[in-house]
Parts: sequence; C-alpha cells; structure tokens
Amino acid sequence: MAVRAQFENSNEIGVFSKLTNSYCLVALGGSENFYSVFESELGDVVPVVHTSIGGTRIIGRLTAGNRRGLLVPNSTTDQELQHIRNSLPDSVAIQRIEERLSALGNVIACNDYVALVHPDLDRETEEIIADVLGVEVFRQTIADNVLIGSYCALSNQGGLVHPRTSLQDQDELSSLLQVPLVAGTVNRGSDVIGAGLVVNDWSAFAGMDTTSTELSVVESIFKLQNAQPSAIVGEMRDSLIDNFS
Amino acid sequence: MDFVPEPREQLILCCECGTAIPPNPANMCVNCVRSLVDVTEGIPKQATIHWCKNCERYLQPPATWMVCDLESRELLALCLKKLKGLAKVRLIDAGFLWTEPHSRRIKVKLTIQKEVFAATILQQTFEVEYVVASMMCPDCTRVMAQNTWKAKVQVRQKVDHQRTFFYLEQLILKHSAHNETINIIEVKGGLDFHFAQRAHAIKMVDFLGSMVPTRSKTSEQLISSDIHSSTSNYKFTYAVEIIPICRDDLVVMPKKTANALGHISPLVLSTRIGNTIHIIDFKTLQLSEISGITYWRNEDITPVCTMRDLKKFYVVDVELLGPRVGKYALADVTVQRLGDVGKNDDVIIVRSHLGNVLNFGDLALGYDLLTANINCDTFESLNPDDIPSVVLVKKGYAERRRKRKQRNWRLKALNKDEGDMVPKKQELQKRTTDFEAFLRDLEEDPELRQGINLYKDTSIIQRSSGSAAVPTDGMIEDEDDEDGDDAPEVPLEELLNDLKLASSDEADDEDMAVD
Repeated sequence: MAVRAQFENSNEIGVFSKLTNSYCLVALGGSENFYSVFESELGDVVPVVHTSIGGTRIIGRLTAGNRRGLLVPNSTTDQELQHIRNSLPDSVAIQRIEERLSALGNVIACNDYVALVHPDLDRETEEIIADVLGVEVFRQTIADNVLIGSYCALSNQGGLVHPRTSLQDQDELSSLLQVPLVAGTVNRGSDVIGAGLVVNDWSAFAGMDTTSTELSVVESIFKLQNAQPSAIVGEMRDSLIDNFS
Repeated sequence: MDFVPEPREQLILCCECGTAIPPNPANMCVNCVRSLVDVTEGIPKQATIHWCKNCERYLQPPATWMVCDLESRELLALCLKKLKGLAKVRLIDAGFLWTEPHSRRIKVKLTIQKEVFAATILQQTFEVEYVVASMMCPDCTRVMAQNTWKAKVQVRQKVDHQRTFFYLEQLILKHSAHNETINIIEVKGGLDFHFAQRAHAIKMVDFLGSMVPTRSKTSEQLISSDIHSSTSNYKFTYAVEIIPICRDDLVVMPKKTANALGHISPLVLSTRIGNTIHIIDFKTLQLSEISGITYWRNEDITPVCTMRDLKKFYVVDVELLGPRVGKYALADVTVQRLGDVGKNDDVIIVRSHLGNVLNFGDLALGYDLLTANINCDTFESLNPDDIPSVVLVKKGYAERRRKRKQRNWRLKALNKDEGDMVPKKQELQKRTTDFEAFLRDLEEDPELRQGINLYKDTSIIQRSSGSAAVPTDGMIEDEDDEDGDDAPEVPLEELLNDLKLASSDEADDEDMAVD
C-alpha cells in the first residue's frame, strides 16, 4: 500500500525517514503523527525507530541502507550509533563511514542487491557499501544529476526515477538494477523523488501533496497493489515450487 | 543496413490528470496548469476611461488630458496604464480590436506571460473592454462656467511708472510663479492674478513678499453656504501693496527714522530693491536697508525725486576723496547742466558716490534739487544747508550710442489680459518709455540681471555674426573714449537659449535653437 504522510507540514518525508525491508528510521518530531503513520503500516513487521543523526533530523538524507545493513555518516555520535544498534535487529550491520560526501542518502540509492552511487564517491566507501550492504555498486548519474539518491527511489520490485531521465538511461539503469523503472514525479510534480517518497518491497510513503495519479504510478511500479509481507513469501514459495517441480 | 533506433519521446504522466506528457518544469499538462492558475488574475477585464466631450481629450490619470486618435499608440498606452495588475506580468502583445466608434467601447487584445510555478511560464491571450465615459475636463469646465476663480491677488504700487511691474513680471517668469494662475489682468496701477485655489494665491502672496517689500490685506466674500453640512464657499482677495520706493529714487525721511536706520543721513538714494530697499548716503557712502516693516511702521519715508526727474549733467572734473565702499568711491564731481554747456560757465561741485564710475567728459544723470519742485513736508523740515544742489544717481550714455545696435536679447512676457483698461495712445507711449528704461537698467546693472532670465534673440545674433563679430566686452565701462563710452551690452554668455516646441513643419520656419 502507498500511504501519504507529512512531517511537520513538510511533504519531503524522504528527508525525515529511512525505510528498508528490515527496519524503518524516523526523525524525532514535535508530534508522533508522522511516526504513527509508519507504525500503523509497519509496526508488526519491522521495527520503527526514532533517531537523530549527528543531532539533526534529516536522517533520510544522511543515511543509506537496505535489508542487510545501514550506513551512517561520520557526524553520527556514539550515543546515536549505540541507540540504533540496540534498536535494529542483530542481522543488520551498521557501519559509520568517513566520507567527504556525508549526505549518504543523497549520494547512494540502493535496494537489496544493487547500489547506484555518486560518481565522486571514495573507492574505500564503495568497498564498504559493497561489504556492508551486500550489493553490487555502480557509479551512475540520473538525468545528469550526480545526487542519485535524491532523484530516485528503488525497491527490489521496481524504481521511480527523475522525470527527465531519458529512455536510454532508464534502460541502462534498469539493466543494472534488474528491476523495471519508470520516470515520474511525487508531491504534485516535484522531481526530487528521493525526498518525496520512501519505499520498501511492500509499502510506500509519499508526501501529502502527492496526487492520486502519482500514487497509482508508485503503486504499479513498486507492485504494491496487494503487497503484504506474507504475499511476498507466498510469491517466493510459488516460484520455488515452480522451480522444484 | 544499420539499425537506427527510432528516437522515442520520453513521457511521464501528468501529475494531475495522468495523461502522458513530455516532462516540463511543472510536470503537469498545460490544461491542468491552466485550470489551476489563471495568469490574468488580478487584471481587470473591464475598465473605464474618461473622455471630455468638449475638447475630445482623454484623461490620463491623475490630471492630464491628452488628445488621442482611436486605435492610436497613445490611446493604447493610456488604456494599458489603466490596467492595474499589468505590472506583475510580462506583456507580450497588445492591440485594438475594431469596435464601432460611436459604441463608446474600446476593445484591447492582450497577450501576457507569467511565471506560475518555479520556472514555468504560461502565456495567455485575453480581451479587455474599455467603456469610454464622458467627463468634462477642468479646462472646459472653467470655460463653461465663466466665473471660476476662487482667489485673487491684487498687486499694486502707488507710483507713476511701471518699472517695478516689468521687473516683477520677469521674476515671476523666472520662478514660474504664474503656473497656477487662471488669468492675469492688467489694471491701472498694477496686476490682478486669479487663482482656482486659495492656497495658490497665498503662495503667490508669499512669493511677492519674498521678492519685494510688500504688505497685504485679506478679504473674503461669501458666495454660498450650506447649513446642513456647514460648509461655505468664499472668494478671497489679497490686496498686496508694494513699497512705493524704486531703484534710483531720492528718498527723504524724518530725522528719527534716519537715526533708527543707523544714523544715516535723512536724504538718501535707493540703490537696489530686493527683499528690502538698499539705500546709500551719497555723501558718506554709508549703507543701510529699509525693510517693509520699517517702512509701514510710520509711512514717513517718502521718495521725493524719481526716475522721471532725472536730468543730464556733463562731468567736468572728478576728484576722488579716498573712501571706498564696495563698488562706490566717494568723490567731488564738478558737473555742468547739459543745457548750460557752451552757454555759460555755471559749474556745480557735487559730492557723489560715483567716483569710480564717472570720468571727465562723461554724461551723468542726477536730480537737480535747485530747480526741482518738491512738495514734501519732511523735505521742507530738513536743514537747507544739508540739501545738496545736485544729487548724481548714475552714469548716462549718449542717445546716439544706444541706437546704434539692436539688442541681441529679449525677455519673455506673461500672458496678460488687458482687461477693460483700453490703452490710450499717450498711455501706450508712456509704457514703451518705461519698458525701454527697464531694459536699459538691465543692460547697465548686472546685479539686476541676476534675478531674471534673458533669452538669446537668435535672429539678431545670426544677422550680426554674419557681418561682423559681436563685441561682447561692452561691459567694460572705464574705456576712456573721447566721445564717451558705449552703452553697456549684455554679454552673450549670460543669455539663455529659448526652447520653443514647434511641430515639424513649423520648425523649418522657426530659427530657434533648441539645446
């Protein structure tokens, strides 16, 4: 299901939250409304954790992660790191990265298998990403923007990219990611997809301004129509049985 | 054969309606943008413009009336100025749509652009209809209702010449003090200025007060009153009296008044009229000033000899005595009445302030107190020993030297109404004489010229420059010539170019320089 949410009157919810298949981080806000939206959708499946990164609330832009791990920037305090470690499942590896481009959420876009990163990222960082997140790393740009994390949203089912991404680029990225991609917008025509939308394999959250057209694009590309965690398991089982039979 | 991939257009869904569109800055299809925002919002689609039926001019707010043809540039400019919100958008195109002239409707088609979202510019075309409402312009109103002045300033001077008014006229022109007058009427002994508003009249009175010593009296006449709103309509009249002392007048005052003016002699010459009357004691070079307040305190300061009483004298000898004050130098001047020259040897020795102006052989103008018929009590009461036989006033110039050249300058004149004063031939001649005297004063006194504007008379200048160079050093007065000096001229660099606005076909005939 795709859900609309708002963080303290801001539609850029991707800035204030990080959603993966095994955990969800939300910023510390004045009220719990934002948290409640996530909690009600995800509560019984994955942990929803309040946190700050380096004392700021823009955690979605500062962190990058997937099912296997979480990368936090150097500005993260030890206390925050400890809190995140305590709150997340043990299976999630957490790594603090010393990287000049500290807004990791803006420079890394990833699902559970592939990560697209900013072309200027350190080689060391690239290795850490590959190790911690267990992904293949590709240096890419999207519609001539280097901030690849800001301009796309990816899950294992699909991806939404900047509206000006050419079909050629879409094909190229799609072949790297091995998932279907579509160019689109969120928040009534905004092209900063990463800031307006957070997705995992069975749910998506978009800014309050997102129109129903945009939401339907999101739902169809991320295959969220009847997506439930159990449905995925069912699907996997079907394919397994298909394979075995 | 090579495979050429067909360039496929990259499409996204419009975020509002879901139609496939190429991406744009708003990521919205044009129809959706149109439905969301109206760029013509805030621009009125109807407006009224005012038009005077009488003179067929259009009102350009706030108060200008201009003549425009239908479907002319000017009318379009006027129409566009009427639209308030037009400043916030970019105007791409504007043009008239044809309407029947008698329909009193003007239609203008406008194309505007405006930025609606970030970096999204929307262009739209729309029509504005103007209703031409008729409204009589104030000028026509004034003509229609004959009597519209609200305030009148009556300026008078109790003297028998008009020099002061010639000077005042130039002062008024220079300071554009006449801009708000409705009418200027020449009456006996002065001028009447008519104004539409009382404030303008007060301004004029203040202006006159700042230029010459005056006293004024206000009176008002009730025209109408409304008891319900307790408003009333008055006509105001300001009677302004100018001090009756002029330049180069011989002034006599009682001993007491003279003492109050710094123990000056009771018999003095006025040298300059400004805010106050500047006087000089020609026997001691003592200077003083008579202000309007001093004059009207007792009204005992009287001019006994005025310009008309000036007589010509021939300077036989000048003996400087030493003391100098400003441009004056004290001297004993031996003069002979011009009529006596060659007939007898009656010479008069006069103490005068004109020591450095007069030279042997010059003409001098002065008052001959021996023969003058003075009818004044204060003058009678003076000690006869103190009264000189002759008072020299200024240097004179031979008549033939003046007539040699035409003036290369001219003055502007106020547009005056002669009123009901039909000028008699005699009156007219007197006026011409006075004006000539005023012009000569201007030529002789650069100080007097400072306050007013002189304009080049280009036709004269061109004519004279064609034949010979105009001597501009006419101001040098101490040029010692056996036949006496040339009359001074106004140097060319002091003159202003006149700006005359003429239509192009007239401009060829006009030889006015426009700088």
